[in-house]
Amino acid sequence: MPRQNIELRIRRQDSPTGPSRWEEFVLPWQPSMNVISCLMEIRKNPVTKQGQKTTPVNWESSCLEEVCGACTMLVNGKPRQSCTALVDNMPDGPITLEPLTKFPVVRDLQVDRKPMFEALKIVKAWVPIDGTYDLGPGPKLSQAEQETSYAFSRCMTCGCCMEVCPQYNTRSDFIGPAPLAQVRLFNAHPTGRMNAHERLDAIMGRGGLVDCGNAQNCVEACPKEIPLTEALGELGKQTTVYWLKNLLNK
Amino acid sequence: MAAPRIAIVGGGLAGLMAAIKVAEAGVAVDLFSIVPVKRSHSVCAQGGINGAVNVKGENDSPEIHFFDTCRGGDFLANQPPAKGMCYAAPGIIYLFDRMGVTFNRTAEGLLDFRRFGGTLHHRTAFAGATTGQQLLYALDEQVRRHEAAGLVTKYEGWEFVGAVKDAEGRCVGLTALDLRTMKAKAFKADAVMLATGGPGLLFGQSTNSLINSGSAAAAAYMDGAHYGNGEFIQVHPTAIPGADKLRLMSESARGEGGRVWVPRRQGDNRAPRQIPEAERFYFLEEKYPKYRNLVPRDVASREIHNVCVNLGLGVDGKMCVYLDLTHIPRATLKKKLEGILEIYEKFTGDDPCDEPMKIFPAVHYSMGGLWVDYERTADGFIDLGSPKNHMSNIPGLYALGEAEYQYHGANRLGANSLLSCVYAGQIGGPAAVLYAQNQAKAGSETPSSVYEAAEAHWTNRFAELARRDGPENPYKIHEELGRTMLENVTIVRENKKLEQTNAKIQELTERWKKASVLDNGQWANAPLSFLNQLENMLHLSRVVTLGALARDESRGAHYKPDFPDRDDEKWLKTTVAEFTPEGPKFRYDPVDVSLCKPVARKYD
Ligand SMILES: Cc1cc2nc3c(=O)[nH]c(=O)nc-3n(C[C@H](O)[C@H](O)[C@H](O)COP(=O)(O)OP(=O)(O)OC[C@H]3O[C@@H](n4cnc5c(N)ncnc54)[C@H](O)[C@@H]3O)c2cc1C
Ligand code: SF4
Ligand code: SF4
Ligand code: FES
Repeated sequence: MPRQNIELRIRRQDSPTGPSRWEEFVLPWQPSMNVISCLMEIRKNPVTKQGQKTTPVNWESSCLEEVCGACTMLVNGKPRQSCTALVDNMPDGPITLEPLTKFPVVRDLQVDRKPMFEALKIVKAWVPIDGTYDLGPGPKLSQAEQETSYAFSRCMTCGCCMEVCPQYNTRSDFIGPAPLAQVRLFNAHPTGRMNAHERLDAIMGRGGLVDCGNAQNCVEACPKEIPLTEALGELGKQTTVYWLKNLLNK
Repeated sequence: MAAPRIAIVGGGLAGLMAAIKVAEAGVAVDLFSIVPVKRSHSVCAQGGINGAVNVKGENDSPEIHFFDTCRGGDFLANQPPAKGMCYAAPGIIYLFDRMGVTFNRTAEGLLDFRRFGGTLHHRTAFAGATTGQQLLYALDEQVRRHEAAGLVTKYEGWEFVGAVKDAEGRCVGLTALDLRTMKAKAFKADAVMLATGGPGLLFGQSTNSLINSGSAAAAAYMDGAHYGNGEFIQVHPTAIPGADKLRLMSESARGEGGRVWVPRRQGDNRAPRQIPEAERFYFLEEKYPKYRNLVPRDVASREIHNVCVNLGLGVDGKMCVYLDLTHIPRATLKKKLEGILEIYEKFTGDDPCDEPMKIFPAVHYSMGGLWVDYERTADGFIDLGSPKNHMSNIPGLYALGEAEYQYHGANRLGANSLLSCVYAGQIGGPAAVLYAQNQAKAGSETPSSVYEAAEAHWTNRFAELARRDGPENPYKIHEELGRTMLENVTIVRENKKLEQTNAKIQELTERWKKASVLDNGQWANAPLSFLNQLENMLHLSRVVTLGALARDESRGAHYKPDFPDRDDEKWLKTTVAEFTPEGPKFRYDPVDVSLCKPVARKYD
């Protein structure tokens, strides 16, 4: 039996530095609802469960099909995409929505994940091509290589893995699992590999690979099932070999 | 003269490709986007990107691709741009290959290609079923490289609200709204490029991302830019319903062998797998034995409409048919379609490897968009040395990607959009650079009073909107707009209903004036930005509706039962809409069909 009403408890915060508060809402159930469609209903009638007028809730979303990563938030305490959080799959009782805790809040459920994009700069997450003019096909790849790389290239910078990583927080320098996995991706590409040392240099210092405590929370949280711990292990090998090489060359 | 700067609005495939081209020419780019560019709508593209690389021994060629594109678009596209695009396509796919896109491979390690609608060739390169995401990420990475080198400056979380024009009417910058501080700021630029994507939101729910309001293109239209072929809206035959958006089930499902059917007997409500082969009506295969399930989208959507509405054979009596993949081995499906099968399973709870999917048509793509120019060579290609390519009628204002009208005529072929976006960036970027470098007086030398006036105008506008506290809710007005547009301006169009829609939009525009902003705050106020967008959307909806009303024929995605045939004599013409406060004023331009003669469009 589908529920008749949906109750939501939403943690709201008007500004990055302001205090936060809970607001409750009740909505009539409709078929195929998800958390986003609930938030859309609220803005059509922004009134709390207690009958108080309020402002529409602020949140981020775009694709609504779990490929853009925008709508990540804590749904019933767990980091996930709210667009695939279907109401009918939730346990009874109110649904709680909170912003991610590892990133600064912009407003309500929207946070600022800029550090993740900056980290992609630090680790040089790209294939350094000569230019965009017509230079013929790229290197051949086996189907097996393609499949391995494809898994990593689906990372949508959503931040779930960062949220659950005990080593990643505003007080530490650790760049976190998602950008590290991109090093794994680009170091495997036949052209990207030519600059592997630059990426390894970037992750061998403070805030790099050594800061990972190997807690493995990240891999469980990734909605795209990206083999993060496998990547971390592989990078461990690459950095060790690179370190030894540097030592012998001295 | 100061070093030129080019402003690019939009970080989807079109905007990012243009940014790379401009940066490669050593010119500085200011890149504006509502969302971090990596979250742009282009990530949604599933199926793939076309290019006649001819790896399957089928004698495919860019010329055949060009013919398929013209015919797919029912000959409404100007042919030189379409030709240029098809000939550039193999090079574009190779470029992505070099950037590291994880395209699927053949056993030999070459790029693999699959079939898509409207062609008989394997011409679509793909990366699983998340091709758009993979292509966008590749461009995002290259742009980040230029950003790290200092040539690209990103303004993410900024919304373009209007162009800035000088006394001569040239576009010399733009005004954008900081979506956190809610302050409007004018920016100087020697050229401005709009790559702001499609207008799916005009129809309420569509397969588009939530940010595809079309409001930026509408704002440019209200600033005097012309809008081309607005009435041509593609309805995709296969989507799944949802309360917030309609999720696409990519054409690639049929490209990999998926079959569309309904029970032969009306009211047959057995579970689909209980219905024997002989009692299934594979209506596309029966009517189109040559192209079968891969007829172009407009054709497939009309057939589904016919089978469900006119014959009453829809599944559960609804506008709904089966898309069946259950005869294909699970391992193959996983390798080639994983991304979309995941979506289906996540949202419906059923596994499409075991159960035929229930799907229905949904608004998907706009062939129409801002009108842009091009310069052709004698042999029918694009003259790449011309600053005119992709320029709107406003000097210095360019448009690219789904926001522009140029490549697809009356109907777009599957997997041709990603291609047109990238090609537009490739030729539009250099055109804007040429323009910026060859102005006698640089745009950025415009007196600062012009920018101050623009900034003041928008500051006042938002201050006024921020005080609105009328009885109407803007999101409800939008919902009503979507419902009317969806009902009357999609697969089947009737003049009486189009007139009613036009009246309804005008009523909604009046009600918009009485809408509340819902939030008087000065920080990250989404309803404030939406209230502004909504007015633009209402104006653009009239362009679509009245363009459809005027065009008394059927062509591509535009179908009127009262005028069921294509009428080349009267209507082989580009619709060009110009903004006036009373509503759009239309003009009809001839189409360059000198390279591929219009023939009857047949797929059986
Ligand atoms: C579900 C789905 C699947 C698809 N699959 C395919 C496919 O397989 N093959 C294919 O060829 N095509 C496909 N398409 C079509 C294709 O994805 C789009 O047409 C294409 O991605 C559009 O790209 P774009 O660069 O024009 O704009 P978008 O990717 O839509 O980007 C628009 C950009 O503009 C920005 N923007 C918008 N307004 C403003 C503003 N006011 N101020 C600042 N920035 C703004 C946005 O932030 C964004 O960065 C699909 C479409 C959908 C909906
Ligand atoms: S394995 Fe490393 S990166 Fe992953 S959660 Fe643990 S500490 Fe963080
Ligand atoms: S690795 Fe997974 S969880 Fe982490 S950001 Fe990428 S997609 Fe999200
Ligand atoms: S909105 Fe894109 S992942 Fe949810």
